Amino acid sequence: MNPFERLASWPLLRQLTGHDPLGRGAAVKSARTARLTARTATADRVVKSVCPYCAVGCAQNVYVRDEKIVHIEGDPDSPVSRGRLCPKGSASLQLTTASGREHRALYRPPYAADWQEIDLGTAMDMIADRIIATRGETWEWESDGRRTARTMGIAALGGATLDNEENYLIKKLLTGLGVVQIENQARVCHSSTLVGLGTSFGRGGSTTFMQDLQHSDCIVIEGSNYAEAHPVGFQWVMEAKARGAVVIHVDPRFTRTSALADLHVPIRAGTDVAFLGGIVNHVLSNDLYFREFVLNYTNAATVVGEDYRDTEDLDGLFSGFDEETRHYDCGSWQYEGAETTVAASGDRDEDYGRRTDQGSSVSSSGRGEAHGSGGVPLTGTPRRDETLTHPRCVLQILKRHYARYTPEAVERVCGIPQDMFAEVCRNLVENSGPERTAAFVYAVGWTQHSDGSQFIRAACVLQLLLGNMGRPGGGIQALRGHASIQGSSDIPTLFNLLPGYIPMPHAHRHENLEAFLRADAAEKGGWADMRSYTVSLLKAWWGPAARPDNDFCFGHLPRLTGSHSTYDTVMAQLAGTCKGYLLLGENPAVGSANARMQRLGMANLDWLVVRDFSLIESATWWKDGPETKTGELRTEDVGTEVFFLPAAAHTEKSGSFTNTNRMLQWHHQAVEPAGDTRSDLWFMYHLGRIIREKLAGSTDPVDAAVLDLTWDYPVEGALEEPVAEAVLAEINGWDAEGRPLSGYGDLRGDGSTACGCWIYCGVYADGVNQAARRKPAEEQDWIAAEWAWAWPDNRRLLYNRASARPDGRPWSERKKLVWWDEEAGEWTGYDVPDFERTKQPGYQPPEGATGFAALSGVDPFIMQADGKGWLFAPAGVVDGPLPTHYEPQDSPVPNLLYGTQRNPARMIYPHRDNRYHPGPGEPGAEVYPYIVTTYRLTEHFTAGGMSRNTPYLAELQPEFFCEVSPELAVERGLEHGGWATIITARNAVEARVLVTQRITPLRADGYLVHQIGLPFHWGPNGLSAGDAANELSAISLDPNSHIQEVKALSADIRPGRRPRGPALTELVSDYRRRAGITELTGTEV
Amino acid sequence: MAFDLDRGLAETQDPAASSGYPDPPERMGFFTDTSVCIGCKACEVACKEWNAVPEDGLNFTAMSYDNTVGLGADTWRHVAFVEQPRGLGGQESGLTVVDVPGPTVERAHTRTPVSLGMPASGPGDGQVGGVPDMDFRWLMASDVCKHCTHAACLDVCPTGALFRTEFGSVVVQEDVCNGCGYCVPACPFGVIGKREDDGRAWKCTLCYDRLGVGQEPACAKTCPTDSIQFGEVEELRERAARRLAQLHDAGVGSARLYGHDPDDGVGGTGSIFLLLDEPEVYGLPPDPVVTTRDLPSMWRHAAVAAGALLAVLAAVSWGSRR
Repeated sequence: MNPFERLASWPLLRQLTGHDPLGRGAAVKSARTARLTARTATADRVVKSVCPYCAVGCAQNVYVRDEKIVHIEGDPDSPVSRGRLCPKGSASLQLTTASGREHRALYRPPYAADWQEIDLGTAMDMIADRIIATRGETWEWESDGRRTARTMGIAALGGATLDNEENYLIKKLLTGLGVVQIENQARVCHSSTLVGLGTSFGRGGSTTFMQDLQHSDCIVIEGSNYAEAHPVGFQWVMEAKARGAVVIHVDPRFTRTSALADLHVPIRAGTDVAFLGGIVNHVLSNDLYFREFVLNYTNAATVVGEDYRDTEDLDGLFSGFDEETRHYDCGSWQYEGAETTVAASGDRDEDYGRRTDQGSSVSSSGRGEAHGSGGVPLTGTPRRDETLTHPRCVLQILKRHYARYTPEAVERVCGIPQDMFAEVCRNLVENSGPERTAAFVYAVGWTQHSDGSQFIRAACVLQLLLGNMGRPGGGIQALRGHASIQGSSDIPTLFNLLPGYIPMPHAHRHENLEAFLRADAAEKGGWADMRSYTVSLLKAWWGPAARPDNDFCFGHLPRLTGSHSTYDTVMAQLAGTCKGYLLLGENPAVGSANARMQRLGMANLDWLVVRDFSLIESATWWKDGPETKTGELRTEDVGTEVFFLPAAAHTEKSGSFTNTNRMLQWHHQAVEPAGDTRSDLWFMYHLGRIIREKLAGSTDPVDAAVLDLTWDYPVEGALEEPVAEAVLAEINGWDAEGRPLSGYGDLRGDGSTACGCWIYCGVYADGVNQAARRKPAEEQDWIAAEWAWAWPDNRRLLYNRASARPDGRPWSERKKLVWWDEEAGEWTGYDVPDFERTKQPGYQPPEGATGFAALSGVDPFIMQADGKGWLFAPAGVVDGPLPTHYEPQDSPVPNLLYGTQRNPARMIYPHRDNRYHPGPGEPGAEVYPYIVTTYRLTEHFTAGGMSRNTPYLAELQPEFFCEVSPELAVERGLEHGGWATIITARNAVEARVLVTQRITPLRADGYLVHQIGLPFHWGPNGLSAGDAANELSAISLDPNSHIQEVKALSADIRPGRRPRGPALTELVSDYRRRAGITELTGTEV
Repeated sequence: MAFDLDRGLAETQDPAASSGYPDPPERMGFFTDTSVCIGCKACEVACKEWNAVPEDGLNFTAMSYDNTVGLGADTWRHVAFVEQPRGLGGQESGLTVVDVPGPTVERAHTRTPVSLGMPASGPGDGQVGGVPDMDFRWLMASDVCKHCTHAACLDVCPTGALFRTEFGSVVVQEDVCNGCGYCVPACPFGVIGKREDDGRAWKCTLCYDRLGVGQEPACAKTCPTDSIQFGEVEELRERAARRLAQLHDAGVGSARLYGHDPDDGVGGTGSIFLLLDEPEVYGLPPDPVVTTRDLPSMWRHAAVAAGALLAVLAAVSWGSRR
C-alpha cells in the first residue's frame, strides 16, 4: 500500500470525506473486515460426503484447503436432508479435526500398568500372529459329530459406523478364517426389525423413505423419539404437519418430539403390544379394516390348520410350546393345505429359542430347521376363505386373539385413559383408506425388548389391516441410528446371516449346498432364486476355487450350532472359550446391556484389538474402568493384551453408507488420514494380506478357506489404501466375462456370476458407482430416484404394487404411486415398481410355477412365498404367530391379560453377574419398585465415542442425568439438580436429577407406576463423563433377534451419590439379599 | 459538515443507507419461528463451528435441557427450554397427574420448592397430587443478536470496532476492539459479552463473511426444521405475520411476534421472533429500549451547560480584565 492509499484508508479521513460522517458503518470498516471472505469460498475443493452419525444419511460438503479440512456443512442438493444438519452433523468438523482423536497406535502388554507406543506395522504383524495362534488353538472341525469347521476362540464386534465395503471385508475375511462370532451394533439396536418387518412383508428393511412421510395424513411416532434422535429426518414430519397431518407421539416421556406433536400419549414402558393390540381389536370388532386391501394383499383369508391353539386357549401360550426347552414347535401354526410354510425373513435357519449349553446339540427351529432337510417349502396351495368367515381363517383367529385387548384392558395395562385411546383410534382409522394414509414411525423403543420383534409385528398387523402398506404416506418407518447400520445388516457383520439375508448354515443339517438350499429356499416368491444368490456369493468370495464339483466351496463356510450373538460371546469370554476380540468402532463397555459383565468378559481375554477415534471405555477398562475402583479388577492382575489402533474418519476414506431407508450413498475421501489412523478397509485388507502371507503354502485343510479367498484388491496412495470402489464392484458382482451385473435378475446359480451381496446387485451397474449419484433434488421429483441408489433395484417405496387396486388402477388420485398401464402393458408410476414390470394384474400362475412366476398379478409382497402380507406368521417368528402382550423380564407389574407373565420363549442368561428381579407379587419385588427406560439425546451419540470427546457436543449435555416426576421426587426425597443413585440387581449408578413433569406416573390397574428416564450415552472417559445406564440392564433377550431388553426394566432410586470403592458392590449385593435373589429368580417360564 | 446527532443515533429503517453505504443491498436478518423449533441446538453448534467460538464450560444447570444458559462472548446462538403447566393451542399433552397416595401428598407439602431455573415453571412439589388435569407444554426458542435498527452497542463503541454492515447487521471487528466493554451493558438484550481470555467483545456477526459470498448464516443453513429462516428483513416481517395468522387460526392463541415492530424501543430488529408466550418467559425483555435513547438530549443538555459555563467563564474573565 503506497502512502497515498494508506492515507486514503485512514478511517477518520473516510469519515470526514465519505457518506458516513458518524463513523458507524462504511467509514470504520477495517482493512481486515474488508478482506473477510468465507472459507467456503476460498477452499481448494469441495468433497461430497455423508454424515457419519445417525442413519438419516444427511449429505455433507467437505471444504478442503491446503489438504486440510476447513469446514463441513450440509449439502443442499440432497433430497433427504436439503442441506440441513443436526448438532452432531454440524460438529463433524470438530469430530474429525479436533475431538481429542488419538493418532498413535498403542499397545498394552499383559499385566502392564500403562500403554506404550507401538509401530503400526509391528502391531499389525502381532495381531495377525495372535489370530493365527488363537485360531490354531481353538479350531473345531466338529461339534457333536457334525462338521463345524470354525473357531469359537475369536469374536468381532462393530460395523454399523463403518462403510459397506469395510463390513464386506470383515465378514469375508473372518468367515474365511472360520470365525462365526461376528456381530455389530445392529444386534443391539435393530435386529428385531429384520424379524418383525421381514416376516410380515418379506424384507427386513424400512418399507418407505424419509421424504415420503410428507404425504402422510396421520403419523404415529411410537418407540421413537424422532425429533431428538433423527432431527433432520423430522423435517418431513413437520412438512406433513404443515400440510394438515395429525402427529401422534406415544411415549413414556414428553420429549422434544412430543413438544411438536398434536397429541402426546404417555404409555407405560414395555406395553406397546397391548396398546397396538387394542387398536387392532378396535379395527376388527368395528369392521373398520380396509376390506379390499386386506382380502387381496394379506393372508387374512388363509385358513390355519386344525391343530393351532391360541393364547386364548392356553392362557398366554400358543400351541407347540416345550416347557423344557422353552421353545415353540411351529408345526401347529401352519396353513391348512400347505404343510410347510416358510418365512421370507426372520428366523429362517438360525438356531434360536434357547441358549444352548457349550457343546450341546442344537435345537431345531424355523424354516430350514423345523421341517427337515427333505422338506419342500409350501407344498400345495393353502386353503382360503374369501368370505373371511371361516373360524380358522386368519382374520377370525386375529379377531379372537385380540378380543381381550379392549379399551379397558389398554387403560389397565398401559395406563392410557380410554378417551385418549379412542382419539388415537379415531385419528388412525379416519386417516386410512383409499383416499388417505397413515404411517408408523419407530426405533429402538420397540426393538429393545425381550419380545421386541413382536412389537414391530404388531404394527405390521395394524398397518396391513388399515391398508397402509406400499402406499405413499403410509408404511412403517424404521429409524436406525448408525450411519450404515442398515448396511451392516445387509452385508451382515452378524453371526446368523450371510450377505443379502441368506442364512448362515447350521452344523447339523446342511452338509452340502443342495440340502441347504432345499431347506431354506422357497418354491414361490423371490427366495426361490436363493441358489443364484448363494452360488454367486460363494463365487465372489472364493473365485476360481469355487467350482460346481466342490459345491462352490460351500464347505468353506463355518457352521453355527446355536446362538453366537454378542451376548453369547460375553458368556464365552467369561467361560474362557473366547480368547481374542476385535472391537471395530463399537463400545460395549458402555453401549451393551450389563456393561460390567462386558468388561469382566474382556478381562478374561488373551488379547483385544480396539479400533476407534479415541480411547473409549472398551479400550481402557483394565486401567481405569469401574472395576478397578471397586477392587474387582487389579490392573497388574489383568492378563489381557490390548492393541489400540486409531481409526480414520469418514472424511479420510471413501466408501458407502446405507441409510435407514436402504439407500446407499457414497462418501468421497477428502484428506489422507494422519499419523497411524487408518480405515477399517485398510485394516481388514492388510490383516488378511499378512495372515495369508504367513499361511502361504500351508496344506493344512484348516487354512484352505482363507487361502482360497479372492483377496487381490488394488491399493492406492502412500498408505496403500485398498480401492473401495473395487470392493463395491465385487459386492455388485460381475458375469463370467467380468462385466458388471445390472440387477439381481442377472444372477445365475451355475457359477457363471459372482456377487458379494445380491440385494446390492445393480449399485455398480454399467461400471458406474450408482451410490455416488448426486443429481440435485431440485432437478428431480420428490422420489429423487437419481440421488444415490436404494436396494432393491432402486425401489424407494417397497411393496408399491399395493398402491394400486387389485385391477391395477390407483386406489385414488390423491394416493397414486404405481399403477398398471394397460396400453403399454406394464406397471408404471413415480417409483420403480416393486413388481415384475409386465405381469398383468389378472395374471394367475400356471400349475407348477416357481419363483416370481408363482405369484399372481395381485400379490404385492413378492418376497413372501404366498405373495401376501402376513397378519398371522405361520413361521419365522419363534415366539408366536401373533403379537401377544407379555411383561418385560424385570417388571413391577403383573401381566393383566394372561397367566403367563413374561415372554415364555425369551432367552435368559442366569449368571452370578446377571441376576434378574423377582416378579410382581413375589417376595422381594418391592425392592426394585420403579421402571427405568433408557434413551438417546440429540446432543450425544450412542455410547459417546463420537460425542463425549467433541467439546461442542459435550458442553450441551455435560452430565449423566435421570428424569423423574415431581411425585417420585417427593416419594423418594430427590432434589432437583442434586444426585440420585439408581440400583438394580446388576449394578448401581449415580446421576444428576431432573425433576420434570415431562415424565408422569401412570396408573396400571391399581399400581401407581413411576418411571425413571436414563439417557445411555455416558461412561467414565471423555470430556463429559458419567456412569453408564447399561450398568443397570440385564442380559435377557428376544428369542428371534437376540436383542437385549433395555427399554423397560425395574429398579430402585434413592437420593445422593453412589458409594465409592468396594462399598458400591456391597450396596448392590445388599439389595440382592434384601430381594432374596437367587440364580432361579426371574427365570421361570 | 452538518453533524446531525439525532439522525445518527436514531437511524432510519434503512440503517445501512444511513451508515455510509450509498446503494446498499437489502437489509438482511433472521426470522426465528419457535413454533417449529425442536430444541436440537444445531444452531449453537453450527455457529461455533463456523465462527470458531470456543467451548465455554461443561456445566450441568438442571434448567430443563438448557446447559448453555444465555448469549455471551462464547455463545452467539442459545436455545432456551421452558417447561410450563399450560396448554399449547391445538396440542394435547396427555400428562395427567394420577391420584398419588396421601402420604406422598403430605410429604410434598413439607418440601421447600426449588427453582427449576425457568420462569413460570410447573407446580412445585407442594402441588403434587393437587393438579388433576394438568396441561403441559415445552417451549423451545433459539435466541440470537437482534441486529437492532437502533443499536446501542454501536452508539457507545468508542473505537469503531462495532460497525453497521452494508446488510444492516451490526458486527464487532475483532482487530479494532480494544476491550473497553462499553457495549456490554449498552445492549438491552444482554447479547454481547467480553471473552475472558482476550478481553475483547464478541457476538453474532450474522455470518458477515458468508453473506459476502452470497451464503446464508451457518445457523439458518443447518436448522433441521427451518425454525431459523434467513432473508430480507422486509420479506421476513411479512412471512412472520402470515405465520402468526396461520397459528392463530389453528388455535395457538398465545403466538405473538417479537422484534417485528419498527416503532418499538429499538426501531424493530433484524432478528424477528415468533414466540408462543410472553417474551419474559424466554428471557427476552418485554419492551426493549435502546439504552442510548436519551443520549442526544443528554448531549444537548451537556452542550447547553458547557456553553453556559463558557459564557460565565468568559464573563468572569472579561470582568476581571477590566
